[in-house]
Amino acid sequence: MAADTSVSPEPAAAREPATRHTPSPALRKAGDWSRRAPLLPALIFVILMTQLPFLATLVISFMNWNAYYPDERGFAGFDNFVRVFTDTNTRNAVWVTILLTVSVVFVSLVLGLLIALLLDRKFRGQGIVRTLMITPFLIVPVAAALLWKHALYNPEYGLFNGLLRAVFGENAPQPDWITNNPLIAIIAALVWQWTPFMMLILLAGLQSRPLDVVEAARIDGASSWQIFTNMTLPHLRQYIELSALLGAIYVVQNFDAVFTITSGGLGTANLPYFIYQTFYTAQDYGRASAAGVVVVIGTIIIATLALRSAFSLFKEEGR
Amino acid sequence: MSTAAQPETEGTPTGSARRSGTVPGSGPTQEIRHAKPPRSGVLLTAAAWVVGILFALPVLWMILTSFHSEEDAAKNPPDVLAPLSLDGYRAFFDAGPWPPLLNSLTASVISTALVLLLAFPAAYALSIRPVKKWTDVLFFFLSTKMLPIVAGILPLYLFAQKVGILDNIWWLILLYTSMNLPIAVWMLRSFLAEVPVEMLEAASVDGASLTRTLRDIVAPVVMPGIAAAALICFIFSWNELLLARVLTGTVAGTAPVFLTGFVTSQGLFLAKVCAASFVVSLPVLAAGFAAQDKLVQGLSMGAVK
Repeated sequence: MAADTSVSPEPAAAREPATRHTPSPALRKAGDWSRRAPLLPALIFVILMTQLPFLATLVISFMNWNAYYPDERGFAGFDNFVRVFTDTNTRNAVWVTILLTVSVVFVSLVLGLLIALLLDRKFRGQGIVRTLMITPFLIVPVAAALLWKHALYNPEYGLFNGLLRAVFGENAPQPDWITNNPLIAIIAALVWQWTPFMMLILLAGLQSRPLDVVEAARIDGASSWQIFTNMTLPHLRQYIELSALLGAIYVVQNFDAVFTITSGGLGTANLPYFIYQTFYTAQDYGRASAAGVVVVIGTIIIATLALRSAFSLFKEEGR
Repeated sequence: MSTAAQPETEGTPTGSARRSGTVPGSGPTQEIRHAKPPRSGVLLTAAAWVVGILFALPVLWMILTSFHSEEDAAKNPPDVLAPLSLDGYRAFFDAGPWPPLLNSLTASVISTALVLLLAFPAAYALSIRPVKKWTDVLFFFLSTKMLPIVAGILPLYLFAQKVGILDNIWWLILLYTSMNLPIAVWMLRSFLAEVPVEMLEAASVDGASLTRTLRDIVAPVVMPGIAAAALICFIFSWNELLLARVLTGTVAGTAPVFLTGFVTSQGLFLAKVCAASFVVSLPVLAAGFAAQDKLVQGLSMGAVK
């Protein structure tokens, strides 16, 4: 029922009986403004609160500005950017951000799809299982990160090592999960939170699939695999793209998990954490801003190149 | 495993067979979808249950641990049947969680109200009576969501410092409003686009004002959309950490900020942390469970209904 909404609302402009008589230019101008008026408060507010700070960031990124050395404030040219690109910490942060985003989105997308397929059939307790499934997404991210760090990963009393000991006895291995694989520890916690998100959107996509067509194909002798690859997947494509896009938007910005689980240590600082640290702890405003500009440019590139097709659902709807 | 999710049949070999007009019923097993095939169905049901329980397990563990004493919570191997205790909750509530919880509530509720107030007319101007180039405006709103918060956080901090609104909940409210406004505009627009034309024409014939049209005619029809937008804005505001961490301190600190400062280096604290995490997550859990369908609509910004 979802994707079909693109069909029902005809272009809203067509509803307007505008062309019945042509109004005078002055009247039309007044009409234009009366159309714009309801939009303006929201538009101006968003521009003020999101574009203005970014412009300021852009300006600061070309400045030599460290709050610890207020006397040395001045124009720095591209110095900050050069430092951002030559500094190993920053490069590492860029790499971690990419790795984190790609792996979390990919793994939770695949898991989400499998689970959505599993839940897209009638069975006893379907509602309960669905409710259980979305629980991780309804835990406040900081709380989820604390939960994984202390209640699950902790080498002494965490659930993972506790289960190992309960199953394999006193001599069971008791790994230090976070120290051994810091990035994977963060990825696992995030996958746990984001899989339900992907699952919910994909399940909605599955349930909007026209069943009679599937039925017809089955009666025509199509196998389950054929139906899946030739009908279900193409139908799901825009839902997959949508959930990947939205997931990427949020995971790229992730701060809570990195901040809580490793405090950016052990080589897990992603760009948001790196920027936070550069400006909050090191008070290096110029460099933090340059890194911020880099994040934005990176996000724009990803959004326009890799995920451009993801807009298909929106575009179709917003025709 | 993906094929396993659709239990029925091994089917015919090639795709061309689909068009060859196989007589219905001639295939080996031609069950109807959703019918119950005896064995694979049981297996799939079991698999679904296992997966669901696995995903909920950390949360269930968190809740159980929160009701244990610190000593029992730190046992290895875990003592599931340890006597229940409220020590963790006592320790949490003794730490003064009410101001931060109240701050979170204030920030989430007021920013959500502001979002709806701004987004509703904007959505009207992007759907029912659209401005020129309304798709561009719509995509501008979406593009602001791609601008990472962290890229603008320093100017927001410096500005607040200069004006003297650091550690002020209203600054946070304004920022949460701008953070969620694009999502709400998208969602409400997709709902407004479905309002029956006749209703609006009747209103314009009656000469109803914009406010009246929105309030008396459009709003009741798109109430589900408004509820979904409100739910998702509330959750995102309640969850937010980075802005709150940087821009607030002892006065306006929110619940997530309070949580980050809750782990002590000395002594046992697992039960306390679990209790705190559970209490702070409770509003989101309650709202999310109560409105699961709205959650899907909200998460997909109204693209999935």
